[in-house]
Amino acid sequence: MSDKGQTQGLTTEGLTTKIDQGYKYGFVTEIETEQAPRGLNEDIIRLISSKKNEPEWMLEYRLKAYRHWLTMEEPTWANVSYPKIDFNDIVYYSAPKKKAEKQSLDEIDPELLKTFERLGIPLGEQKRISGVAMDVVFDSVSIGTTHQKDLEKVGVIFCSISEAVHNHPELVKKYLSSVVPISDNYYAALNAAVFTDGSFVYIPKGVRCPIDLSTYFRINASETGQFERTLIVADEGSFVNYLEGCTAPQRDENQLHAAVVELIALDDAEIKYSTVQNWYTGDKEGRGGIYNFVTKRGTCKGARSKISWTQVESGSAITWKYPSCILLGEGSQGAFYSVALTHDKMQADTGTKMIHIGKNTRSTIISKGISTGQSRNTYRGQVKIMPSASGARNYSQCDSMLVGDKSNATTVPYIEVKNETAVLEHEATTSRISEDQLFYLKSRGLDTESSISMLVNGFCKDVFKQLPLEFSVEAVKLIEMKLENSVG
Amino acid sequence: MMNLLEIKNLHASVDGKPVLKGLNLSVAPGTVHAIMGPNGAGKSTLSKVIAGHPAYEVTEGSMEFEVNFKMKDLLSLEPDERARDGVFMAFQYPVEVPGVSNETFLRTAFNSISKAQGAEEMNEEQFRKFLQKKMDLVSMDSRFLDRAVNTGFSGGEKKRNEILQMAVLSPRLAILDETDSGLDIDALRIVADGVNKLKSPENAVVLITHYQRLLDYIVPDYVHVLANGRIIETGDKSLALKLEEKGYDWLLQ
Repeated sequence: MSDKGQTQGLTTEGLTTKIDQGYKYGFVTEIETEQAPRGLNEDIIRLISSKKNEPEWMLEYRLKAYRHWLTMEEPTWANVSYPKIDFNDIVYYSAPKKKAEKQSLDEIDPELLKTFERLGIPLGEQKRISGVAMDVVFDSVSIGTTHQKDLEKVGVIFCSISEAVHNHPELVKKYLSSVVPISDNYYAALNAAVFTDGSFVYIPKGVRCPIDLSTYFRINASETGQFERTLIVADEGSFVNYLEGCTAPQRDENQLHAAVVELIALDDAEIKYSTVQNWYTGDKEGRGGIYNFVTKRGTCKGARSKISWTQVESGSAITWKYPSCILLGEGSQGAFYSVALTHDKMQADTGTKMIHIGKNTRSTIISKGISTGQSRNTYRGQVKIMPSASGARNYSQCDSMLVGDKSNATTVPYIEVKNETAVLEHEATTSRISEDQLFYLKSRGLDTESSISMLVNGFCKDVFKQLPLEFSVEAVKLIEMKLENSVG
Repeated sequence: MMNLLEIKNLHASVDGKPVLKGLNLSVAPGTVHAIMGPNGAGKSTLSKVIAGHPAYEVTEGSMEFEVNFKMKDLLSLEPDERARDGVFMAFQYPVEVPGVSNETFLRTAFNSISKAQGAEEMNEEQFRKFLQKKMDLVSMDSRFLDRAVNTGFSGGEKKRNEILQMAVLSPRLAILDETDSGLDIDALRIVADGVNKLKSPENAVVLITHYQRLLDYIVPDYVHVLANGRIIETGDKSLALKLEEKGYDWLLQ
């Protein structure tokens, strides 16, 4: 059957008449903020550090990163294109004005509470989501963390990274930049210099974190970059399920989000990290939207430790990230499960790196890319087996699905094997939602929209089933809503 | 009595090439029709045009279907609308739908048709019970339900799955497009049994087949010969036996 017929099938039917729900998180919160002047120099860094009342070692760390950043070149190797970023035209610190004393969650500015309620995240004591502890980051600062007392009882530390710098300096000093060094890459160096907030998690030995931990990132101020830093340490034999969500208002100009996330799993520890990324994508013509340039990396430091990254990437004008695992400990395991949906003029270059160093290490990669409209969707993944990694195994499966005839999907696998005992399996497919599949479902009474969503959900199933239940329901809805808006 | 399906002077092309060239066919409720004919005669095209495949273009003629005692123009309807009006085609090559469980697929299809026809939708538990009975009809065990639709099914399993869908959706007009091809004798008997049990005075079955073998199990009221895009001969079951014996050449002269 011709592709032409299929495209007609998809474009002329039902979906165009669907109500355009648009991006429902696109509103702006009117709130008094305190902002640093635009631009980046050592004074700005000193200002950020003093606003956060940081110890001297933290300022030194930032300045060192900044000086290194100045020597680096902006990378250009990703399959994305965008106008050159003027790093002196960005505001690096923006925070809601607040009383000098740290507030309890119930004293937060009602405007902020309202904002998060609109985003589906009630913070008030009464309405809090049970079973999930939340740290919420608004522009440059964490405005509060729920369930902290319950977590303290079992020794779990879950707070903003700024608090951790003050209250747990020994842990922060030990682990910060231990996975992603300040010199790692251009955006990681920038993040180290100017990061403003993010979450810190420490799970003590043998503790299974009793509830899921979650951070919600919201960019509100215009012309502001968000540079968050997340550090999760799982001590021996511990377990944590961590979820991350993000949204931003609809604005015509682009905004930069350059985060760094570091995970450390010691002997027999397990970290499951899930993201549903729904930053503003820009409009249909590609105006506005978030540049999401993120470095996420975990080290399976201990024997038999496990780290998994599960991501549903459905937002941002440009996504550029590769959540990775360094498999150091003997018998450690890394996994990457990803659904990346691009629509209109979005661009995504995402994938993973699995670096096998320890013996008998294993990694699994399942990547599902869906491109609609005129979007560009690239999977880029590296599997590296070092000479020491005897008995290493990797399984990779990278599938792309194209909807319509103007979208684009690319798969770029890099495989480097330096130990002969390694076993690698790689599968890759690219498919169009075929006219025959669509006809088959329609001939059983399903309309075009339900047929497409059934096909796409089926396509993504291996990834969705890795998400915690509530998150998976949200992810399915999000993908369906995006498809309704973009397939038409 | 009003016909269920009325096709008049149907012309249809695929990729600009004419395949059906003035086909006429009337199907009354409660009847079984067999359509036979040489390769390339347009048999599969006919079934796809009835179901509404978008790659087939109807250039002339009409096709009407009885809905609530009125003849309705089928050609102006989408495939899903036709299905909701009670048209069903068992595919010659059932399509794989990875990641979607057979049960979810069947329930979604059943509920979308029930809803359109103003009948009760079923929840998971109700549907499971209903489905069990239908599965017994085609001797399928419950392992089928958790597997992805047609994915990794053998040829015979795919064909039985089509009959299961037919049993679940209880269409008023069922077109079986070479459902018998590639089936061994046991599977053929199971499929035929399933079809026979679903026959009723209200619905009709159109069998498209190459072989008279199927007609030993499902006895047709009419046998049509389709050649060069038209029905050139109609008879009763004995016509099928004659075709088996003499081939098609004597009709084409």
